[in-house]
Amino acid sequence: MRQGSKTINIILKVWRQKGPKEKGRLETIPVKDVSTDMSFLEMLDVVNERLTLEGKEPIEFDNDCREGICGMCGAVVNGIAHGPEKGMTLCQLHMRKFLDGDTIVVEPWRSRAFPIVKDLIVDRSALDKIIQAGGFISMATGGAPDANAIPIAQEIAEKAMDAAACIGCGACVAACPNASAMLFVGAKISQLALLPQGKPEAAERALSMLGKMDDLGFGNCSNERECEAVCPKEIKITNIARFNREFIKASFG
Amino acid sequence: MNWFINTLSSSIGKKLMMAVTGLGFVGFLTVHLIGNLTLYGGQGLFTSYVEHLHALGLLITVAELGLLLFAVIHIVIGTLLFYQNLIARPVRYKVKKNAGGRTIGSETQPYTGFIILAFIIIHLLNFHFAEHTNETLFRLVFTKLASPLYMITYIVAMIVVAVHVSHGFWSLFQTLGANHPKYMPIIQKLGIAVSLLFGVGFGFIPIFISLIA
Repeated sequence: MRQGSKTINIILKVWRQKGPKEKGRLETIPVKDVSTDMSFLEMLDVVNERLTLEGKEPIEFDNDCREGICGMCGAVVNGIAHGPEKGMTLCQLHMRKFLDGDTIVVEPWRSRAFPIVKDLIVDRSALDKIIQAGGFISMATGGAPDANAIPIAQEIAEKAMDAAACIGCGACVAACPNASAMLFVGAKISQLALLPQGKPEAAERALSMLGKMDDLGFGNCSNERECEAVCPKEIKITNIARFNREFIKASFG
Repeated sequence: MNWFINTLSSSIGKKLMMAVTGLGFVGFLTVHLIGNLTLYGGQGLFTSYVEHLHALGLLITVAELGLLLFAVIHIVIGTLLFYQNLIARPVRYKVKKNAGGRTIGSETQPYTGFIILAFIIIHLLNFHFAEHTNETLFRLVFTKLASPLYMITYIVAMIVVAVHVSHGFWSLFQTLGANHPKYMPIIQKLGIAVSLLFGVGFGFIPIFISLIA
């Protein structure tokens, strides 16, 4: 073991739910000898190995890249989506951020639009449906276009890139007191509306994505800014304001 | 007309109605506060203000109906949004912490709204619908506000208004799409200033009256 690393004992209180229709509950699992070098998900891996050896059901949780870019992982840890660290996905959170003897409560994203599949896994296909409602952008196919054929100001490109950093993890919905998806949709609307390639369909896109979002049972944004505070990509609510502008333009323009 | 109904019934549409009516109330409260400041000038100044205001006649009726319409929209849509937001999360978290975005104002927005509604009803019964003439309104204000129960009710209500406005002010600009790092910090500071002005400006009136009564 690397010098300086240590182990801690924690008490895990994790949401266990057998299926979408089953009743769930918080299960208390004392976990001994957790290396502080482990990521949160590695800690869950170790717990699952132990549970499996004991002949118990492992804790189901979503994950994929484990380097904070895929958007698959996520859980509400001690009341905060993706845990206590700013601008970080759950897989990038390390156990060194916890103290020996800590009780750690782990719950799935909770929203009417995200039904629980099992334990910590929720069905986030509602976000995909909003993306599908957003449709397409128009561009010529064929040979690769010349770089810089369409001039885009540096500042605009940066803003679009900041919005495009959204990995669709759903933490904004999970953290929102109203379970609203406005930061997610605001980011998706912004990344396209800012760029010339996305402008021709901007109005239609704003209306259809908003319509889909409303249909899927997400709540309404009340500018609580909790989404911005937990977003692992630190997407700003200025993107929600841009979405509001795009909606106003599309409706009254 | 179909697009209009679709626009207003969408989530952003409903928020736009909250924002526009909210801005209207900020305007109304500003005018109302300026008018009320004449109380500090004594009976003569206040009665003269009341007479001038009432002399506007039909304009006042139109303004009152406009305010009533704004109030109905703000209350009905606000209640609907509150309900929709409650059912958007059928199973609540066992442990939930604020990650740093929420403020006292934003967290209590619907509840302070309902308290303000209750206060407005009391306030209108006290003064608007109470029997009075231009000349006796000053007496009425004095006798009502000098009583400790009313004084406390009014002061608490004004603190609640200040809390409501502290979130509502910047929030309405965000909803209208006006959020930019260049000017949002100014709007947020202005929101705090406006809410303090309303809280202190209105809230000090009953204290002043009980002091000189």
